[in-house]
Amino acid sequence: MANKVADSISREEFFYGHKACAGCGGSLAVRAALKVLGPNAVSVLPAGCMSAVGFNFPQLCFSNNSIISTFAGTASMLTGVEAGLRARGYKDFTAVGFAGDGGTADIGIQALSGAIDRNDNIIYICYDNEAYMNTGIQKSGLTPFGAKTTTTPAGSNIHGNIRPKKNMFEIAAAHDIPYAATASVGYLPDFIAKVQKASQIQGTKYIHVIAPCPTGWGVAPDATVDIAKEVVDCGLWYLAEYENGTFKLNHKPKEFTDVSAYLKKQGRFRHLTDEDIQIITASRDKKWEFIKKNFEL
Amino acid sequence: MRPYVREKKDFSFSEVPENTSFEAGYLTTVNSGWRSIRPVINGVKCVGCEQCYLYCPDGVISIKDGKAAIDYDFCKGCGICAKICKIKAIEMEAERK
Repeated sequence: MANKVADSISREEFFYGHKACAGCGGSLAVRAALKVLGPNAVSVLPAGCMSAVGFNFPQLCFSNNSIISTFAGTASMLTGVEAGLRARGYKDFTAVGFAGDGGTADIGIQALSGAIDRNDNIIYICYDNEAYMNTGIQKSGLTPFGAKTTTTPAGSNIHGNIRPKKNMFEIAAAHDIPYAATASVGYLPDFIAKVQKASQIQGTKYIHVIAPCPTGWGVAPDATVDIAKEVVDCGLWYLAEYENGTFKLNHKPKEFTDVSAYLKKQGRFRHLTDEDIQIITASRDKKWEFIKKNFEL
Repeated sequence: MRPYVREKKDFSFSEVPENTSFEAGYLTTVNSGWRSIRPVINGVKCVGCEQCYLYCPDGVISIKDGKAAIDYDFCKGCGICAKICKIKAIEMEAERK
């Protein structure tokens, strides 16, 4: 029984033997992307889960060329890698960065913005687990409203994070980037197709992939893929692309599943009151109104 | 296909690289001690659809003779494969010593 998606990517494993937690969504995103890009991908990883679990000397889990960058400098190091290899006459390679949500939306946003501005020929993949998971679950700019982290604890007065999630996809698109996309590890064929598409495009590419963290989200290790699917099905995340100045929605759920069912499955949202869930549902509906107005469906 | 595991050896001081680069895909230890449960594939039911191979975060599942096969040296027992399998050909069993 042939699987078209599995046949379209390399059979080699390029991220193997790593020390990520069981059921890690981030490692699934990195593994799948590297299998698309092949042995000539040069990956750049800032401080974060994937560099912490991938480079434990002498256990080095990337089978392609990989380097750890400064926390803020993923995109600028990608620029250097791409320019350096090009200057030395290499043609068949892809410079790809894997940064977490903190490394992208908070600490690395300036370097990313600069790289998009220069239109360097790189792929930047943000695996979004919605907090600084590597250092022990601190709030990042991409932590959603209501989520409990160690820096936004849930008390009787304030129920976790009080700020909504930053919209990194549209921030990247606002630079008039050649290609930007959102994805989820729950819809892996869609993510793989987007990495494939990005590798064919000249200029800066940004892919934002939701990668649940069982440890930080408070779900079972085997729930990673299901919860990544459910966040799309309930409308709190969407699969879209930005290309040639237009937004395009790739996946339109016929009917949204229950938001509170999605939230209550996770330890980080379990404290939410009905009022908080009302706020989250209202912000979802507002977002989808915007999508229906401005995105190609 | 995965990188092979090297014979574990202690590095003497002179062998530790002086700069910050080292060979890629250099494995010295396995992860198998992490599991409390292990996935077991039912060879009769498995049709080799490769969904488990696609979704495994550790990439430990490969297809051998049209059936899924698990590399127990590196499987962490997360159970994603058992959940993703539509025909329930993978079952999680308690790890035995």
